[in-house]
Amino acid sequence: MLIRIPSKHAPKPSEITPPEVYRGRRRFLRGMGLAAMGALGGSALLQPAPAHGASLDYMPGPFGTDETLTPREDVTGYNNFYELGTGKADPARNAHRLITEPWTVTVDGLCLNPGRYRLDDFLRPHALEERIYRLRCVEGWSMVIPWVGFELNRIIAQAEPLGSARYVAFTTLMDPENLPGQRLRVLEWPYREGLRMDEAMHPLTILAVGLYGESLPNQNGAPLRLVVPWKYGFKSIKSIVHIRFAEEEPPTSWNMATPREYGFYSNVNPDVDHPRWSQRTERRIGELRRRRTLMFNGYEEEVAALYAGMDLRKHF
Amino acid sequence: MFVVCLLPLAVLFARAFAGLGGGLGANPIEFVMRDLGSWTLRFLLITLAVSPLRHLTGWSAVMRLRRMLGLFTFFYACLHLGVWIGMDLFFDWTLVWDDILNRPYITAGFTAWLLLVPLALTSSDTMMRRLRRRWAHLHRLVYPAAILGVLHFWWLTRADYREPLLYAVILGVLLGWRVVMRWVWKGRVLLQLRGSAE
Repeated sequence: MLIRIPSKHAPKPSEITPPEVYRGRRRFLRGMGLAAMGALGGSALLQPAPAHGASLDYMPGPFGTDETLTPREDVTGYNNFYELGTGKADPARNAHRLITEPWTVTVDGLCLNPGRYRLDDFLRPHALEERIYRLRCVEGWSMVIPWVGFELNRIIAQAEPLGSARYVAFTTLMDPENLPGQRLRVLEWPYREGLRMDEAMHPLTILAVGLYGESLPNQNGAPLRLVVPWKYGFKSIKSIVHIRFAEEEPPTSWNMATPREYGFYSNVNPDVDHPRWSQRTERRIGELRRRRTLMFNGYEEEVAALYAGMDLRKHF
Repeated sequence: MFVVCLLPLAVLFARAFAGLGGGLGANPIEFVMRDLGSWTLRFLLITLAVSPLRHLTGWSAVMRLRRMLGLFTFFYACLHLGVWIGMDLFFDWTLVWDDILNRPYITAGFTAWLLLVPLALTSSDTMMRRLRRRWAHLHRLVYPAAILGVLHFWWLTRADYREPLLYAVILGVLLGWRVVMRWVWKGRVLLQLRGSAE
């Protein structure tokens, strides 16, 4: 028998709005929006809207926070996505260079059900949830982002990894013809990331397909990205085309570039400094003063057990 | 020229208060700090380019600009340091000292600023006259300051070294030119070699 022990952050079942009510409300609001547009029809007040993705249907999910959300324009305008340029504003500017259609996701390696899926087929079986997570960049800034996605463990369950599969490896799209950053040798392309199986199975770990209720903008890693909120942002690999189950720890891009600076685990840890700068504090985008960085980015209660007995200075 | 040297600051103010050029972005303190740091390095390199420029063009009036350019370098360096201490770390002196002592890129940057202090203080005509020959010796500190400044930028860069590399190459040319000229002046180099060095 499975005994579910609710974490203190999980919403009580009574707090969860049933999807039909929720979706109904979204339809209602959308209707209101259209009505308002009609009322304004032809008015000069109508500005060209910034490129927004398609609206998604989703339910609220657990592990929420009541911290202020980082404004959408900052979440989508201040990015590290070196495939689209190394400046913070480059990814938004070059977003159109990432071609997301058609998109194929390959799942293979040590599993019983490998497969190659069209994105729609890959996503269809999974109901979407909103997950409001803190994101802490290794550079010392952070955001609070309402992602929309589903737990990675659903994909893993579907693939049925073998007992020997101890790691999950991820790869970003390789398309140097279109992605300007992949023509620079700043990192070894394609971008690669990886998780230990228990990290990948953890309910906090999600595959995101959207943010702020809409499908992911390209600069945020469309159409499919990983979000691992207790690790530095670079672990949350964007625009995934390949998921592989492996026995050995897979090579990861920043670790390949500078192994002394970026470890495989890269858990947010205020007590282990980056060799070149302190990780003790961070600037939350939109705030003036720095705030103290929390162990595991504030998800200590949920994930500390994964690392029991490990020397986090050695396995940084 | 004085007004031109203030333009980078004016542009920052225009971005900050009038939202020009997309404002300061999502991380304004970081943006301002980077911008002021870049302008410090640019002014430092421009200052170091004055002597070679005069030598190559024979345009001696440019020498009169050298002091002002040097002082603007120091001006932007002070603003850069001030924004870091006052706005980035909010006068948390524990963090400031911890960074200065333990982060090599900050140690380098702070040392570069320290080296510029005596140069700024002795930039007046009076000090120049009073120090005589020692003034020239003292002001050679600008070379280690420039090297440390570029190193500061190099060490804080994460993966894309194109911009710091550009600064390093320009500094290398400016310092290399001086080394070559020294040989020339000391007559250790034959005339043909001077031709190939150009």
